[in-house]
Amino acid sequence: MQRLRSATKTLGVAIVAALALVACASGSTTNQSSEPVKLTLATFNKFGYSDEMLAQFHKLHPNITVVQNVAATSQAAQDNMFTKLAAGSGLGDVEAVEVDWMPKLKQYSNLFVDLSTGDTKSRWLDWKTQAATVNGKLIGAGTDIGPEAICYRSDAFAKAGLPSDPAAVSQLLKGDWSNYYTVGQQFSKANTGVAWFDSAGATFQGLANQYQNFFEANDGSVIATTNPDVKNAFVSVLNASSSSSAHLQEWSTDWNAGLANGAWATMLCPSWMLGVISGNGPKIKDWKIANVFPNGGGNWGGSYLTVPKQGKHTAEAKELALWLTAPEQQIAAFVTTGNYPSQVGAYSNPALTGAVNAYFNNAPIGQIFADRAKAVTVTPYKGVKYAAIMQAVQDGLTRVESKKQTIDASWAQVVNDIKALS
Amino acid sequence: MTTSTVVVKAPSRRSLGLRDNLGRWDLAVSPYLFISPFFILFALVGLFPLAYTGWVSLHRWDLIGGELGWAGFDNFTFVLQQRQFWVALRNTASIFLISAVPQLIAATAIAAALDTHLRNKTFWRMSVLVPFVVMPVAVTLIFGSMFGERYGLVNRTLSDIGLGPIRWHTDPLASHIAIATMVNFRWTGYNALILLAGMQAVPRDLYEAATIDGANWLRRFFLITIPQLRPTIVFVIITATIGGLQIFDEPRLYDQNGLGGEDQQWMTMTIYLYKLGWNQLNFGRAAAVAWLLFVVIVAVGLLNLFFTRRIASSEDGRR
Repeated sequence: MQRLRSATKTLGVAIVAALALVACASGSTTNQSSEPVKLTLATFNKFGYSDEMLAQFHKLHPNITVVQNVAATSQAAQDNMFTKLAAGSGLGDVEAVEVDWMPKLKQYSNLFVDLSTGDTKSRWLDWKTQAATVNGKLIGAGTDIGPEAICYRSDAFAKAGLPSDPAAVSQLLKGDWSNYYTVGQQFSKANTGVAWFDSAGATFQGLANQYQNFFEANDGSVIATTNPDVKNAFVSVLNASSSSSAHLQEWSTDWNAGLANGAWATMLCPSWMLGVISGNGPKIKDWKIANVFPNGGGNWGGSYLTVPKQGKHTAEAKELALWLTAPEQQIAAFVTTGNYPSQVGAYSNPALTGAVNAYFNNAPIGQIFADRAKAVTVTPYKGVKYAAIMQAVQDGLTRVESKKQTIDASWAQVVNDIKALS
Repeated sequence: MTTSTVVVKAPSRRSLGLRDNLGRWDLAVSPYLFISPFFILFALVGLFPLAYTGWVSLHRWDLIGGELGWAGFDNFTFVLQQRQFWVALRNTASIFLISAVPQLIAATAIAAALDTHLRNKTFWRMSVLVPFVVMPVAVTLIFGSMFGERYGLVNRTLSDIGLGPIRWHTDPLASHIAIATMVNFRWTGYNALILLAGMQAVPRDLYEAATIDGANWLRRFFLITIPQLRPTIVFVIITATIGGLQIFDEPRLYDQNGLGGEDQQWMTMTIYLYKLGWNQLNFGRAAAVAWLLFVVIVAVGLLNLFFTRRIASSEDGRR
């Protein structure tokens, strides 16, 4: 550990020195002339940064042209990021980062430009800023957060004899997870040919984000194998899954096809999931949103924009990152994709509070997600190993869902896999 | 006079000696100089990475942070104790066998077919190469969705003709077959063309003599074509071995996570290496796996060479 620190320190000094030079160079170019600058903006999935929005930035800064590269999955973006961070070149001028891999990047905060400025100090929710701050240095400008509601298919609910309008469903699902599972069993007994939820893995994500220290203690030590909450969540989700799950692993081709075919009736619905559902299932007309979440509130995902120091135009890139994450732009993104802003200033804006989503049968998404964001009370601690541990646990859940192993055998393997991460 | 001639001769003799020496050096050194670009390049992009990976494997090493201290053989002992390492070795061997064996048999058969008197020869020869030109990523994405368990084309077709669905992403063997299919799709045509080139170099009078002696097509194929193809077959087998054991694209893109499945059903050595290096940022362990993979490839390569030589020479003996 000591060696790591001294190594990073020397590296840091070298980089700071190098950057001072770069900063001088780039600073002089911006001040003196308006040389044409081309910036690349690397995002993934759907960030909602439309061509019009980027054209608007070009209008404000006529010398800057922005090109957006969109990776298909956050996994692909993450792999790309770490490979090129290690190589020391090749990253975009502005790189989007998902909250779950932020902890790993925070170890190398010296490779990123400090994005804090006087006027953006209180732009974001406190916990959003905290998760991207290292020793007072802000390495990521928050884009969205993922407050969770429940999305459900009203026709399937009606067919199963359950109430189907959003207010009644919110009432029905109010309570803890076991209530959610019980209603699920009731639903499954009606044999509608539709499952209650998509997979144990996706449901587990909802539980995991409701604990302050789920996999790791605040000092970064791994507690996943000994924390009774983890094993309880693991077992209870799998017990529910045996009768209520479609057993389709999230993001797999079968899962996408299942979404298009309406294979399940409910989904944990962080705001960014709206775009995924409507994009995959254009033919399904009965998706609605219930303003409720098991066990209170929860936040799943959300992203940041970072400016890697290896870029040639870091000053302009910082300007772009801060402009894109200003409340106005994030509200525009929310209207296109449903990504809920992390900017405090956006929450009182009528463009946000009054937003409705036509695909979800005109659900008042502005109001719903404002409520869901308020219900989030816990900020989970996510350390360096969070993503790898989550992968090991998700694999364990899948092994049981695909009937390869019993719950006990699978958990034993999860414990081994987590131990191998040390 | 005599002295002056000596004076004149002496430098000329000296210059002759220099030229002589240069000539000798030219003879001794030039050939090496001419072939040196390859060896310099090889040292830079082959030998150096190999040695450097070895150096990394003996350290604790973070992907981005760099060296964190000497580790000795800790990385190797750790990796060798992992269940996942042995599963990866099993998968790599299994996918390699399932892909290489049918692939080479099919490639030889296709090459033999193309070696006959066909119309539009060039068209047929080019068309076997088409799958090789298609981007492997595109191929894998298409095959990956075809092999979807519930909504995939293959399983739907199977259930239409009354066969049960096969769990392409769950059962190890089924997933290996699916991945081997992608590999075969891509490489069969390529190997067929190389074997075809070898076949066309076989002297035609051997066939004529055999035909006159009354040997049928099958006998000619096994007693002339195959033994004559020996060097080509050795080459194809060695390259297929190296490629097969390093297989990465296909298993990586076979599902959404790219880590070889929830039970590491199709996690190959290179995927395991990637998982250690890029997911867990532990470059030291990844380098250890890289070296172990290198050792495995060399061992299997030598084994292959031994067997192909034996088979070919026993055929020689029979002839």
